[in-house]
Amino acid sequence: MAIFESLKGKFGDAVAELQSEAVRPPFVVVSAASLPEIARLLRDEPAMKFDSLMCLSGVDCKDRFAVAYHLHSLALGHRIGLKVFLPRENTTLPSVDAVWPAANFMERETFDLFGIVFTGSKDLRRILLPEDWEGHPLRKDYKYPESYHGVKL
Amino acid sequence: MEALALKLMSAVPALAGVPLWAMTLLVMVVVAVILLVFALTFGGLGSYVLRKVAGDIQVRIGPNRVGPYGLLQFLADGVKLIMKEDIIPAKADRFLFALAPYLVFVGSFAAFVVVPFGVGLIASDLNIGVYYVMAVTSLVVIGVLMAGWASNNKWALLGGMRAVAQIVSYEIPVGMALLPAVLIAGSLSLQDIVRSQGGLLGIFGWNLFHNPFTFFSFFLYFTAAQAETNQTPFDLPEAESELVSGYNVEYSGIRYAFFFLAEFGDMFVVAALASACFLGGWHVPFFRAETLPGAWGNLLSLGAFLVKAFGIVLVMMWVRWTLPRLRVDQLMRMSWKYLVPLTFVNLLGVSLWLLVFRGKGIPQLIASIF
Amino acid sequence: MTRPTEALHTQEMLINMGPQHPSTHGVLRVLLRTDGEVVVNARPDIGYLHRGLEKIGERVTYAQFMPFTDRLDYLAGMNCNCAWAWAVEKLAGIEVPERAEYIRVIVSELNRISSHLIAFGSFTADMGAFTPFLYSIREREVVNDLFEMVCGNRLTYNYARVGGVSADLPQGFLEKTKEFLDYFEPKIDEYNNLISYNKIFVHRLANVAVISAKDAVGYGLTGPNLRGSGVKFDLRKDEPYSVYPKLEFDVCVGTGERGALGDCFDRYMVRINEMRQSIRILRQAVAQIPEGPVMAKVPRLFKPAAGEVYFRSECPRGETGFYIISDGTTNPSRLKIRTGSFVTMNIFETVTKGLMIADIVAVIGSFDIILPEIDR
Repeated sequence: MAIFESLKGKFGDAVAELQSEAVRPPFVVVSAASLPEIARLLRDEPAMKFDSLMCLSGVDCKDRFAVAYHLHSLALGHRIGLKVFLPRENTTLPSVDAVWPAANFMERETFDLFGIVFTGSKDLRRILLPEDWEGHPLRKDYKYPESYHGVKL
Repeated sequence: MEALALKLMSAVPALAGVPLWAMTLLVMVVVAVILLVFALTFGGLGSYVLRKVAGDIQVRIGPNRVGPYGLLQFLADGVKLIMKEDIIPAKADRFLFALAPYLVFVGSFAAFVVVPFGVGLIASDLNIGVYYVMAVTSLVVIGVLMAGWASNNKWALLGGMRAVAQIVSYEIPVGMALLPAVLIAGSLSLQDIVRSQGGLLGIFGWNLFHNPFTFFSFFLYFTAAQAETNQTPFDLPEAESELVSGYNVEYSGIRYAFFFLAEFGDMFVVAALASACFLGGWHVPFFRAETLPGAWGNLLSLGAFLVKAFGIVLVMMWVRWTLPRLRVDQLMRMSWKYLVPLTFVNLLGVSLWLLVFRGKGIPQLIASIF
Repeated sequence: MTRPTEALHTQEMLINMGPQHPSTHGVLRVLLRTDGEVVVNARPDIGYLHRGLEKIGERVTYAQFMPFTDRLDYLAGMNCNCAWAWAVEKLAGIEVPERAEYIRVIVSELNRISSHLIAFGSFTADMGAFTPFLYSIREREVVNDLFEMVCGNRLTYNYARVGGVSADLPQGFLEKTKEFLDYFEPKIDEYNNLISYNKIFVHRLANVAVISAKDAVGYGLTGPNLRGSGVKFDLRKDEPYSVYPKLEFDVCVGTGERGALGDCFDRYMVRINEMRQSIRILRQAVAQIPEGPVMAKVPRLFKPAAGEVYFRSECPRGETGFYIISDGTTNPSRLKIRTGSFVTMNIFETVTKGLMIADIVAVIGSFDIILPEIDR
């Protein structure tokens, strides 16, 4: 795919691979450090113009975490996915809410349910669960709590 | 009151020995009770009619369970409200909280005193009638603010603040819109104002048709008075969808019922003033009720007055179920930028008219041609 | 004596709007910081209705998740049903009989009408006019009756299946639908006469919470909220799925007819106009629907090949997207649900700065949010 090629050309090793086998839309796997730069390029480059972040999801791949960004260009009408893999022990990556403001709530949700920390986010708090909830429920190794504030669950 | 007591004492020999002051007091109490019963019945039946009208406008049936056609619904509601627990929030100012509903009710009920129900049917024909109504209905402001503040609830406080701003702002256009009637009658007494509209077949004498300015004045009064009594579309102090229920949010049971009754009392007072000042009050069209013998004249005029007043109440209900609510800044703008100047201009117009045509209205002028 | 400026000490007020408030359309809590009536800041607090649908999705099979999608947006259960079915079919590569697709489009559009009716009705009720709400309920009742014919339920339908729909249309359904359309079309004019162009109503909405097209796209607004800002984007047109390409309709966008483009009134009007377009779609679909089976041969427990799919469809409250990751077993390994209302809440704090308390209610109503969709 042309977008993958041009990203590969610009960022080199930061862009690892293209997942297009049985995956719709195809994903470009990038490194966490280069994410904001790539995001900004994807949004601003006239040939790409991904002005809309459709969906941002955390994924627990058992051995590691992934964060998937589904992008769509209203101007040009094409789609692409970005994926960042994170090791289980270091779940931080830069926030993209400066690029797509829509990311804020979705990042908060991912932080809440997966414990993935988005550095540089303008407002990263728990969103769906109470502030004092323990654990991140969508992780595969999540232990269901017995009680919450004395209320049996 | 004293005159009535004297009349009674001379008419009924058995009462001759009773001291005058006691008789006067007795008459006062009886009149007050009659008015109170009227206010309560109006509140009750008014709520039934309100809900029936709402049901009709909103393609549904409305109350139809208690009694024939649901007519006794208001009794059931009343019993329920009395039986309900009277909750006073823990952090409320108990004294003010308890006092507020009565103050609000008194404010609207006291205005009934000068309502000219018919020929000679008026609790007290004060020579400052219009002024008195304006004064006592302003008492409502204090009650509402008291309720809003004492509830120790932010929604209630906001409702109370809105109510004060609104009622105080709309007092001015309401007063100014009523003044043309006062000018024409040359008196502040409501009975005098009604009497001044009796000529010309009893309908063309109405202030409404007196001249273009009074015609306009009626609608200005109607609009401003709706706002002054917090009726939709000006029901901002209780704005259910914004302030939950506004100043009365913390009230329950009988205290809530008093707010409710006060609201209906206000509605009636507005309608009564509108019909007394612009629609000829108790004058029956094409007929002179005063000339009937005995109590018939009183009854007929009472009927005419109530029909007019209830007609206006129905229009208020109709408006209530049709229009959306204004925003608070729009409400203020409407009062200060539109209604106040308009009523002033209107008053000036009426004054000039009276000066130029020597107090004659259009119907009188036309009549004088023939 | 102190000077007046010193004596006048003002203070901001913190108000909790919700979670139980008549106009937050559910258990939304908005933390208002107000200066009198003017809102300095309105911060939404969500999550009171969080049921962990995404986690549930990992525990149940693809077919078993169908009834949960009803609870995603209870005012548009059919749309969510069909969206899930389409997403899973795309993942597993299942071909659906054409009649089933038509049935899905018919029920989706009917549900879009009934959902927009609630949006219209509750919005006007928020603005203080309670009567239009009951008018809209009257029409919605007919749609509910139609759905009761189809699947026996009036709110949570569970009608679509992976591979088709659970049952063919009952006899007389199409005729009844046509009757409803003929009955309903003039009602929209009635609504417009009753409230849409009412002066007070327009004044309340025009120029309130204006969202520019750029912000709308950037903040990820979708559906009527995006189109209200004048962006002509509709998934049924721009990313066509099912039989939508065979059906003719216009994409309604805000025109700024009573104020700035992208204000509350535009968002409101888009919904009113979309009901007309849904009528158009329904008329065509009812005329075109072919005979045939309504269910493909799909085994009860099927295992889609490992892979990922992101499918999104146009629901009444914007784009509902399902991001499904399959690891080749009977359950999804990860299910992410992207809903229109959730993303819309993101812009709430930004657009409500400096508005009045009454406007907050207008903004919530004009976004037409629904809480189960926000919290999932």
